[in-house]
This record gives sequence, structure tokens and C-alpha cells, in this order.
Amino acid sequence: MRLTSEEKKMLRGGNGVAAKEALELQIEVGKFFGAKRLVPVSNVHMMGDIEVMGDSGKAFLERMAASGASCSVPTTTNARCIDFEYVARLGQHPDEAAKEKQLIAYLRKMDVITADTCINYQTLYQPHKDEHVAWGDTGTVIYANSVFGARSNFEAGPAALAAGISGRVAEYGFHLDQHRRGTFQVDVNVALEDYADWGALGKLVGESHQDYFAVPVFNGVKRRPSADQLKHLGASLASYGSMGMFHMVGVTPDAPTLRAAFGGAKPAEKIAVTRRDIERVYASYGAKNNPLNLVVFSGPQQSLFEMKNLAALLDGQKIRSGSHLFVTTSNGVKSAARALGYLEKIESAGGIVLEGVCFYILQNIAQIRVRNGWSNLVTNSAKLANIIGAHKFNTLLRRTEECIHIALTGEES
Amino acid sequence: MNTKRSAPLIKVRRAYGVVVEGEVLISNEGFSPRYDLDRWTGLISRPGHALEGHNLKDKILITPSAKGGIAAGWAFYDIRHKDIAPRAFVFGVTNPVMVQGAVFAGITITEGWSRWPHDWIKTGDIVRVDPIKKTIRLLTAVT
Repeated sequence: MRLTSEEKKMLRGGNGVAAKEALELQIEVGKFFGAKRLVPVSNVHMMGDIEVMGDSGKAFLERMAASGASCSVPTTTNARCIDFEYVARLGQHPDEAAKEKQLIAYLRKMDVITADTCINYQTLYQPHKDEHVAWGDTGTVIYANSVFGARSNFEAGPAALAAGISGRVAEYGFHLDQHRRGTFQVDVNVALEDYADWGALGKLVGESHQDYFAVPVFNGVKRRPSADQLKHLGASLASYGSMGMFHMVGVTPDAPTLRAAFGGAKPAEKIAVTRRDIERVYASYGAKNNPLNLVVFSGPQQSLFEMKNLAALLDGQKIRSGSHLFVTTSNGVKSAARALGYLEKIESAGGIVLEGVCFYILQNIAQIRVRNGWSNLVTNSAKLANIIGAHKFNTLLRRTEECIHIALTGEES
Repeated sequence: MNTKRSAPLIKVRRAYGVVVEGEVLISNEGFSPRYDLDRWTGLISRPGHALEGHNLKDKILITPSAKGGIAAGWAFYDIRHKDIAPRAFVFGVTNPVMVQGAVFAGITITEGWSRWPHDWIKTGDIVRVDPIKKTIRLLTAVT
């Protein structure tokens, strides 16, 4: 790889041991992908919580912080595994909560902004077209590439922290034009409305094309999707297909036309998605004769608009006795929802609104499931329906209003 | 054990790490340390996964694709320190997270293969993964 004089200095340890280690990691990864150089980034978003890092990751952060490491570009954190207000109520382990607090202190010492959100693209930072960023959480990356036209690869926690410290990333993958062109065409022959419909589309396309470098081009979308609908589509594509980018003709910035989306090339494949396909996704989920006593709106965190909608659907209602309804969102959105009265409506109905976390990464979630007698998890998030399987939940993807109906009655309509 | 099956070399497209030998766990299904793995025991834990119940520790995992998530970056480092890590990940296609995680943890990783390994490698076989030569060689085949 070609290195600048500043980068050579970093590699020699001229900017400290942390910058040296950061760059060494980035160069090895860059060499794997054939990168020829590093490019500066303007914003970094990283995952770092005790559930995913464990004691070894925490010890690494402690060492880095003690070495004087500091981020050279604005660096924010993704959703974490503990909402400190709910540790006792959820039955999370106080020792792990204490570790999480230490871990946050290490990050802050390195000038990381612990914003704890997976919807940074809605609430914190919106990069412009072709801006290089280094984001973690796959949903944030696919949104940056696709909807903003910015440039990022999936950056895992230690890789994102390395980018924060060095202020650059190796130039490969979605930083390069050649990987940003569409590779296959998806004709959308159905009007999609609910967030779950968009997630179901992502599941259909992602599950059948699992490849980071596959870039679907959605064509024929009947109605301009909202930011939240694109959020659910992107999160689902990334979750089921490990995809980092999509185009939507007439909607996303690199796809003013079908031809432009493919960069003038022909699609390798064309598929079509119909109403029947979407309904087939819903039909693939079932309760397996276990109670429908858990409904979750999470993965990604809820926007203020989603909070408003949930508040309206739950206004004056009561969650069925014995059932639970969880919502996760960011600190900023929860604060606004409180000021606007949305939070009171959700909580009065019996809903629990957690901040700064995502449901599937909650510390101790497998034990929480067992303790509460949960088997089924009903959600409007296709991503959550996919990702929480490792904790032995049986998931049901349902449209938002159906999720609320189940929370109120314990039954499907 | 025997070595009756022919042992052609697989060439891999990209590779990182040191030369390792070990017992194969091979699957037609993709892999994610977040979705599929119990990161306290090393067991593939997701119900219905083709390798459910198998333990990753000291294995060579051969899988066609990487699934999902950002978690691999810390997760590989975590399982390495818990001494339940595999010796190598051999992916058909992977994503940067797996590579970043493997490099950070010092676990050998490869991507891309010149022939479909499932035709001649089985779970339980012993193989050598050589990231320098970018090859996978069958050493011992189970009956």
C-alpha cells in the first residue's frame, strides 16, 4: 500500500502506540482486500459494549485509554447492552452493568462520544454524497451508502476505533466506484406500506443473495418510501444478506435511472417481488402453540415518528396482563417523546421504553427470556426477527398494527 | 480414518494469518458469530443451523458466506481469549467485519475458493490452510 509521510510516521510510532496499532490493523485488512491506499474519514461510528466485547475487549480498551489514545475525528457509539435505569427490573447482572460503566469511561477518555444509538443517520450525522465515513452497525452503513450516497464499509468495533484514532480507512469495498454499481435488479411489483413490509422485502432479497458485494437495484417502487421505511429495508438487507448497499431507482442519489444504477452495465440477474411473496414471508412465521406474550419494537431503534405512531396506537389501551411490550430508542428520541407526550401514552399502556440499547444485544437476554417464560417474540422488524434466533426466541414478523393487537389481546387477528 | 479420497488443492482468493492444520467443520450454510454462536461455549447454538451442536474450538470452519453483523470484530477477539476460537475461517464470500475481526484476533481467514470444497471435504477431515500460498490441502479424510 502507498502510505503518506504522515502515515509512515504513525507506523513508526510517531503519533503514539495506539495510532501505530490502529494503522497496523487497518493495513492488514486493506492488504487482504487489495487496497492501494488509505483515505481520510470525517466521521466514525463504533460498536463497543460489554455483551459483545467481553472482558478481553474491555481490557483492550483499558490499555488503549491508558496509553493516551484519542480519536482524531468525531466518533460516536452504537446501541449498547444496558439501560442503567432498567438493570434491576430486567434482572441484568449488576457486575456486568458496572463493567459497562467502566467501558464507557474508557471510551470517553479516548474522546469517543457515547451517544449509544444505531440510528445515528437519523439523529446525529448525515454525511453528504461521496463523503468517506467509517461506520459500524450494518444498518448504519447500508443507509449511509445507499440513501446518502456516502462511502463506508462495515467497520467492526476495533476497526472503527482504529479509524477514529488514525482518522482514515483502507480504500476498498464501498469506498471504490467499482463496488457501488448495482449487480442485480429487483422489480417491486407490490405497494409496500408497513415497516414490516419493507423488512420482508429485505429478507426476500437478502436471504437469497448473501454477499457483501451484491448490490440490489429496486425498480418500479410505487410510492416514495419514508426514511424509516428505508431504514427497515436496509437493516433487513444487511441482516439477511450481509449487504452494504442498495439502489432504488428515482429515490436514492446514485440511481436517477435504472441505467445509472448499474453504471451502464447489464444486471447479472432480474427477480420480481409480488404481493404473494410478501404474504408468504408472513405466513412462514408461526406461534408453535406457545403464548404470544412478548412484542418488541427495536432493531433499529425507533425514530420519533415511529414513537408517535406507537403512542397513537396505544393511546388509552392496556397491554394484556402477563404480556410485555418493549420499545428501544435513543436518549435524544426518548427525551423528545417525553416532552411531546408520546412516552406517557406508551408507558400508560404498559409499554417499557428502553434508551440507548437494542433489544437483541441486551446483556443477559437469554436468561431474561427464560425467567419471563418467553418463547415467541413478535416484532415489526425483519432484522430483529432474524438476529435474535441465537438466543432461542421463536420470532414472528408482523405488521405494526398487528403487533399492537397481539400485545393487547395475546392473539393474532 | 483413510486417505482414499483424492486430495486436490483448493486455491483461495484472499488470505490472512499463519499456516494452520486442523479438523474441518463444513457447512452449506453461512455463519455469523452473533446469530449462530454461543460465545461462552463455542457451540453453534442457533436452532436449525446446519452445524447446530458442533463446537468451533480448534476447528477449521468452512462456510460459503458471512452473515450479518458488526459483532464479529469483538466476538472473535473474545472467543480467542476464552480459548474457544477456531484455527481458521474459510469463507466462500465474506465481509470486512469477519476479516477485521480475524485480523484483530490473530485468527487465520481466507475468502474465495477455486472449487466447491463441499465436493471433497467432509466434517471431521484434517486440512492444512496456508495463507501464504493461498491453498487448502486435504491431509486426512474420514471414512
